[in-house]
Amino acid sequence: MKLHRLRDAARPAIALQLDGQGIVAQQGDTLLTALLAGGAGHLRRSDFGDESRAGFCLMGACQDCWVTVEGLGRVRACATPAGPGMVVHRG
Amino acid sequence: MKVAVIGAGPAGTRAVETLLAHGISPVWLEESADGGGRIYQRPPAPLARDHRTLYGFEAKRAAALHSAFDAARSRADWRPQTLVWHIRPSTRQLHTVSQGQQAVVDYHAAILCTGAMDRVIPIPGWTHPGVTSLGAAQIALKSQGCAIGQRPVFLGSGPLLWLVAYQYAKAGAPPAAVLDTTPFATKLAATPGLLRGGATFAKGLFYITWLRAHGIPIAEGVSPIAIDGAEDGVTALRWRDAAGREHRTECDALGLGWGLRPEAQLADLAGIPFRFDAVQHNWIPERDLAGRTPVAHHYLAGDGAGIGGAEMAELAGRRAALAVLQNARTPIDTAAAAALDRKLAAGQKFRVALERAFPFPAKLAASLPDDTILCRCEGLRAADIRATAMVDYHAGVAPELNRAKAFSRAGMGRCQGRLCGAATAEVLAAALGQPVEAIGRLRGQPPVKPIPIAAA
Ligand SMILES: Cc1cc2nc3c(=O)[nH]c(=O)nc-3n(C[C@H](O)[C@H](O)[C@H](O)COP(=O)(O)OP(=O)(O)OC[C@H]3O[C@@H](n4cnc5c(N)ncnc54)[C@H](O)[C@@H]3O)c2cc1C
Ligand code: FES
Repeated sequence: MKLHRLRDAARPAIALQLDGQGIVAQQGDTLLTALLAGGAGHLRRSDFGDESRAGFCLMGACQDCWVTVEGLGRVRACATPAGPGMVVHRG
Repeated sequence: MKVAVIGAGPAGTRAVETLLAHGISPVWLEESADGGGRIYQRPPAPLARDHRTLYGFEAKRAAALHSAFDAARSRADWRPQTLVWHIRPSTRQLHTVSQGQQAVVDYHAAILCTGAMDRVIPIPGWTHPGVTSLGAAQIALKSQGCAIGQRPVFLGSGPLLWLVAYQYAKAGAPPAAVLDTTPFATKLAATPGLLRGGATFAKGLFYITWLRAHGIPIAEGVSPIAIDGAEDGVTALRWRDAAGREHRTECDALGLGWGLRPEAQLADLAGIPFRFDAVQHNWIPERDLAGRTPVAHHYLAGDGAGIGGAEMAELAGRRAALAVLQNARTPIDTAAAAALDRKLAAGQKFRVALERAFPFPAKLAASLPDDTILCRCEGLRAADIRATAMVDYHAGVAPELNRAKAFSRAGMGRCQGRLCGAATAEVLAAALGQPVEAIGRLRGQPPVKPIPIAAA
């Protein structure tokens, strides 16, 4: 899944890491926006099977956007602001 | 008197404002970092907050609600980023967690303004990345300035379908198609009642007309077949038109939704009885117009008490606060309360017409193919639910959704059935040959949402 930036797309940049790869995001992004606009494609795998997932509700209800942030633990990407230097792992 | 208000959407904001006007400063708990609720959610600071762009026709109402919120926040005991994960009505205590910190909040009276979320039918392929709820598609645009795709398809029924499609087209991501599962004739039949809604109805017509005029492909009375996709996105939606012809629409994202369902887990934990509302096709907690419930000291307002829309939520929030004050024998303007009652009653009539225009397609849910994943948390398929129905059938046991849950784990995943609940009930009811209200509803359980392990 690729999020496309349509508005306010010229905010100051922040750099994150996802599974060892660099992601450039923008201030004000949620972690979900940062990752999916930055080309992550998906955020986790289903607990029961191998399917890829990338969140569904964007409002903290479906719990299908969990990622792990070093120092924070498992968080919902849609409900967590992206921060500079965050080291993120899928699932 | 200590009053707790849960939720800072239109209902919660007006409830708090009304309490403050009568000299009561409530504890105000909200899971998000900011107020506004779903419809008037504000983007985080670095994004522009131009009301006209973000809220369209609702710009004035949004601005009014935000200024009411900003004024109330500083005078109440405002606690953002605080999830209420349990409520104990007997000891009148709320259990909260905020950034890993647990707390218990005592109250004399509580007003639950917990809002709603999208009502979803799991179409085959709906777990692919790139498929979101209609509400999510809107949140991406409004609060993050992003589109879920460059050529999205929007599928479902209800006012949000047309609104989101319009917002995407205006923002520069014209939908590849807008597909409404409700036949045109159903909407036409509901028109006389909808005319009561005046401006709301006119706005709906405006969006549809605008989309047609701008060449966005629209079809009504459609049946979805499946969403095609791969590891990192969707490629197409396959669907059947009203005449039964098959189509394949290529797209890079898909937003789907069929109206809203109340976020009513806390009301359930508070012991408030529920009834099946046949018109809304939802289980809703019992309350009177003023928001009083059969459980003393517990009040409900807004979409969490049955879907009514943002305007009604504001009125209901005000009215519930007045009911709390009345119960505490605080003098209030009874004429104002009566006027609110009249408006709320009129609003309910319009709502009935709206629900008739966009009825929940129960048949579509009931007839989902066996291999459709219903529960995205646990990977359960329609066949698994149908199998539990057969167990009950052979055992001669009264069919019940919570039994099915125990057997199959449906609704036991992390989302507590928020997404699969509506469709699971239809699949089970159809398999048992029972009306959907006969098989009950999934019960809410604490914590209402998963809380971080570190905090538990
Ligand atoms: C995603 C989405 C998009 C929508 N878009 C539109 C639109 O564009 N136009 C329109 O007319 N209507 C829209 N609606 C409907 C509209 O949002 C509602 O009618 C209106 O917001 C209802 O107001 P409310 O105060 O009852 O609830 P809400 O605005 O939903 O507010 C409820 C608040 O309670 C909080 N909350 C819930 N549970 C807890 C808890 N346990 N602990 C702490 N806080 C909690 C939530 O975070 C939320 O902020 C939308 C609904 C959804 C779900
Ligand atoms: S996308 Fe549903 S909880 Fe984050």
